[in-house]
Amino acid sequence: MFTFKTIAELVDLATQKQLPLSEIVWRWETERSGETPDIIWEKMRLRLDAIKESAYAGIQEKNKTFNNLVGGDAYRTNQQTYLLGPTAKKALVYALAVSEVNANMGKIVACPTAGSCGIVPGALLAAAEQLGCSDEVLVRALFTAAGIGAVIAQNASVSGAVGGCQAECGSAAAMAAGAVVEMLGGAPEQSAHAMALALKNTLGLVCDPVAGLVEVPCVKRNGFIAVHSLVGAEMALSGVESAIPVDEVIDAMYRIGLALPASLRETAEAGLAKTPTAVAITEKLLKPVLVCCVFLFQWV
Amino acid sequence: MGVFDIVGPIMIGPSSSHTAGAARLGKLARTILGEEPAAATIILYGSFARTYRGHGTDKALIGGLLNYAADNPLIKQSYNLAQEAGIAIVFQPSDREVAHPNTVEFQLRGKSGKTSVITGMSIGGGQIIVSQIDGFPVELTGDYPSLITIHMDTPGVIANVTHTLAEAGINIAQMKVSRQLRGADALMILETDQAIPTPVIDVIRAMTAIKIAMAIPPL
Repeated sequence: MFTFKTIAELVDLATQKQLPLSEIVWRWETERSGETPDIIWEKMRLRLDAIKESAYAGIQEKNKTFNNLVGGDAYRTNQQTYLLGPTAKKALVYALAVSEVNANMGKIVACPTAGSCGIVPGALLAAAEQLGCSDEVLVRALFTAAGIGAVIAQNASVSGAVGGCQAECGSAAAMAAGAVVEMLGGAPEQSAHAMALALKNTLGLVCDPVAGLVEVPCVKRNGFIAVHSLVGAEMALSGVESAIPVDEVIDAMYRIGLALPASLRETAEAGLAKTPTAVAITEKLLKPVLVCCVFLFQWV
Repeated sequence: MGVFDIVGPIMIGPSSSHTAGAARLGKLARTILGEEPAAATIILYGSFARTYRGHGTDKALIGGLLNYAADNPLIKQSYNLAQEAGIAIVFQPSDREVAHPNTVEFQLRGKSGKTSVITGMSIGGGQIIVSQIDGFPVELTGDYPSLITIHMDTPGVIANVTHTLAEAGINIAQMKVSRQLRGADALMILETDQAIPTPVIDVIRAMTAIKIAMAIPPL
């Protein structure tokens, strides 16, 4: 049986069977769903296709979103490199690209959520390009990421409304960091350390989106955290260990989430969402709605 | 909780609850109506009422009523496409307090004149629950093949229906029965592991106590 409730159990299974984390997660889903391994693989490959499509489309898009708050930053950032190395740069650009496609009502893969959908694609696609990996390696990496996310969702939460942004973008960072370690041939325990390191460094991150929309600060934060997850992988691959085991970090994240006031959990009632500029943006965005409703009412 | 709940769904952005869930609610509402809508009044509550425009919740709800899945890029143009299809749509944001923050009520009239009032909630990650159909409390997720019946509240009806399903080798995953008054009409919702073939629905529909029997495929 390939079941696991914690990252420790997942790592133990992988070590015992001498299989990569991705293989354990793939077999777990196969057993759980009653489908054939090929069908499960194919479903994940379809998601990889959709992820790539969104990343490549997002880089080309120069325009703002229909709310006029974000957009065109993946394109802008991709024009010239000033400081970052190629992997970090690509992670930033792809993460911005996917998040902008999401904000613009394009097709994306929630990973684990729509608000955090750029982080895993950014980190994984950047690592794959740098390493010259095949699609097979990327599909495997998505299984690893999904297994990590499933443990977090079961033992804590991946919802901003429950745990703040740390539950969405923090979880995505852990998923990306753990998966990238495996892509580079790291051991399962190293993946676990990468997850712990990446998640620890997002603890306390609140969800205070301007006008309640998945745009500010979400899109740019996806860019930041994709790079952040690579830092976790780089440290773990170098042998850096997290003093706190990842399952305890996940538990801490959950408890911090519960301790956050509701105003900082996706309700747009505090933080950035209540800055004077954000309040002005919110009022501006709400105004046309009333006009539109009245118009529709008369028209119908 | 499986891997595709984490890496997935494939969806039109920007929000799994406010966009993908909204599209699924619209599609399920249309399926329950059972025909193409001619007019829809859509009442929005809670967070839906406050942020529906910025999240494209309105476009997603309309897209669902046009029978689009949550990953259909046409959702973005659904206002125009609904107009072309001759569907009149009105949105009414409400500030009435509701149990769940992302709640919507569809008041639908179909092309044949048939009407239906359907209430649903988007509960996160694109998951939904339809909680009320024409005044009857229900729980319909759209994740399973489902059977809805409106029948006379008399003994043996439920047994007859479940027996018919059992004979066809159909396993029931969840079921809920509700009624408005004792001895009046009752509503039953069954979510099943297998699809319910038309001949089986026909047998159930032919039962004397059954007024309406409807098969709802999973979204």
